[in-house]
Amino acid sequence: MRVEQDYITLFHQAESLINENTSEILNSRRAQALANFKEQGFPTRKDERYLYTDIAPLFEPNYGLNIRRLQIPVNPYKVFRCDVPNLTTSLYFMHNDSFYHHAQPSLPDGVLFGSLNELSAQYPELVNKFYGRLADTSKDGIAALNTLFAQDGLLCYIPHGVRIEKPIQLVKILRADVDLMVNRRLLIVLEDNTEASLLMCDHTMDDVNFLSTQVIEVFVGKGATLRLYGLEETSERSTRLSQLYIRQEAGSTVQCSDLTLHNGTTRNTSDISLAGKGATLSLSGMAIADKRQQIDNYTFVEHAAPDCTSEELYKYVLDDEAVGAFAGKVLVRPDAQRTSSRQTNRNLCATRQARAYSQPQLEIYADDVKCSHGATTGQLDENALFYMKTRGIAEREARLLLMSAFVNEVIDNISLEALRDRLHLLVDKRFRGELARCKGCSC
Amino acid sequence: MKTILEIKDLHASVNGKEILKGINLTMNEGEVHAVMGPNGSGKSTLSSVLVGNPAFEVTKGSVLFYGKDLLALSPEERSHEGLFLSFQYPVEIPGVSMVNFMRTAVNEQRKYRGLSALTAAEFLKLMREKRAVVELDNKLANRSVNEGFSGGEKKRNEIFQMAMLEPRLSILDETDSGLDIDALRIVADGVNKLKTPQTSCIVITHYQRLLDYIKPDVVHVLYKGRIVKTAGAELALELEQRGYDWIKEEVGG
Repeated sequence: MRVEQDYITLFHQAESLINENTSEILNSRRAQALANFKEQGFPTRKDERYLYTDIAPLFEPNYGLNIRRLQIPVNPYKVFRCDVPNLTTSLYFMHNDSFYHHAQPSLPDGVLFGSLNELSAQYPELVNKFYGRLADTSKDGIAALNTLFAQDGLLCYIPHGVRIEKPIQLVKILRADVDLMVNRRLLIVLEDNTEASLLMCDHTMDDVNFLSTQVIEVFVGKGATLRLYGLEETSERSTRLSQLYIRQEAGSTVQCSDLTLHNGTTRNTSDISLAGKGATLSLSGMAIADKRQQIDNYTFVEHAAPDCTSEELYKYVLDDEAVGAFAGKVLVRPDAQRTSSRQTNRNLCATRQARAYSQPQLEIYADDVKCSHGATTGQLDENALFYMKTRGIAEREARLLLMSAFVNEVIDNISLEALRDRLHLLVDKRFRGELARCKGCSC
Repeated sequence: MKTILEIKDLHASVNGKEILKGINLTMNEGEVHAVMGPNGSGKSTLSSVLVGNPAFEVTKGSVLFYGKDLLALSPEERSHEGLFLSFQYPVEIPGVSMVNFMRTAVNEQRKYRGLSALTAAEFLKLMREKRAVVELDNKLANRSVNEGFSGGEKKRNEIFQMAMLEPRLSILDETDSGLDIDALRIVADGVNKLKTPQTSCIVITHYQRLLDYIKPDVVHVLYKGRIVKTAGAELALELEQRGYDWIKEEVGG
């Protein structure tokens, strides 16, 4: 608990400063988070959810924290040009955990989209109803630490019946002159019968070490539809620990995709509860990792109500000495009759040194269910490679086509066509090594 | 007459087992050669070795293709030099569209020959023209390579690729197997349409049927890894009537 003690001490030293700069709602959850963090510390590999990533050592190095909320004097429009052709989005930026205020595309009346810190001060009752209600700090040390230090992030609130056609894009940029730790908090609430598409892009701007924890809590009301896409293009010097919690009410639809194009060390947790009858979930992930990059996705899908459907697809391409892990658990509660659930994990190891770990888990307490899972790890198909060579396609190009084809299955799940096209292009660039280090998407 | 292929004393093995035990074969430009023979005689091994399948090891002998040492070239270079194999079992490549596959193949070939890549419009026009040669449905062209194609569609797709790449020497490895009469005619017509005085063809088959459509100049019989008999087109007819036993007896097998 030595590393944990450092953070506990830091919190005690900085508590008044943190609270001074943060809204009451965010502060109100810290005491509980502190107690929980003291009790359990960081998750260890003895925890079946964390078999493949040793968390505590990631927190050992010294990182700065922007507790005093110093402003970052950067205009993101000037440094960041990520134009997705034919994809018009309502574009917003976030520096580290701070919402960039100067971007104000118009969203329908009643929609709140902005700084969590500010909006939670303006709408305390609303935020209080949702904030910290899904991310249980007693069950996860990273969520506890994040809750302990969180000072800002995003609130996205879509009131009853509002359907937003145009996708919203949030570009989250990590930037600092010194090694930095960021604890970001996102709260997304879709009331009943709403619809929205949200694309979140994670980037790093500077050549320093970043450690980011991120807790995303998502409430999807009855009959609501949410498309949530996450795209990570960070540097090899970044560590990302992202915890996504989603609660789906009856008849809701969620399509969620986590795409790791370039990273350092990434651990994504997706904890999703199908809480209402007839909810539908499509959860997918894709990662392309090489050198010594690491990607670990853990998913937990809870079927708590009848007639829900969940479909999971995770695919990795691992080159050099990259390590990829996927562990997914599906829990079907006794009442969740007529559950349909399918989980698939496929990995491609391009070298003998690359490692893929896969652990599917099913726990079923209802008797009328249809559940399946499958996991495979393999190499590129030698027959296909040879076939392509006899048509004049050289080894490198042939491998590239096969690797792109492999991950395209995940991308093709995405329902925004322009984003799909863009991702095909980015994947191709990535495999060609033209995305080796993303500098704020100079593409 | 220009010699385009000269195989001399070719030996090849797979997993240490010798399959080809000294093949000698010479082809002139524009000729069609049929290679026949009982199962397991080494016909498919010969085609695999010629296109450079790494599963086969050449232990002895030489192959000259338009004067070049074919065995020293990589499979993709052999293709660029104008060698093509229509696979007996075409490979399915899920996720790679026919369009993407062919565009890459055609442009790699053009690069090798010092030509600029085709524009999207030029390429699609070429696809359309060549598709007509084997009556390949546009729907198939938009699908993943061979994925979900019927047996006949796969074979047609092979000839379509041949049309796109315009090889100087095509090897058709049992292109007739698994085809019904109509599909056989379409495939054979396709091959004949592509035939010019400068292009040559090796037809590997068990049956006279395909040779009714694609007329061979020379027929070879391959048996136990060697060519044991070479004659004109009439040999194929004789084999159809008499089977292989008399040849086995002749060579004392």
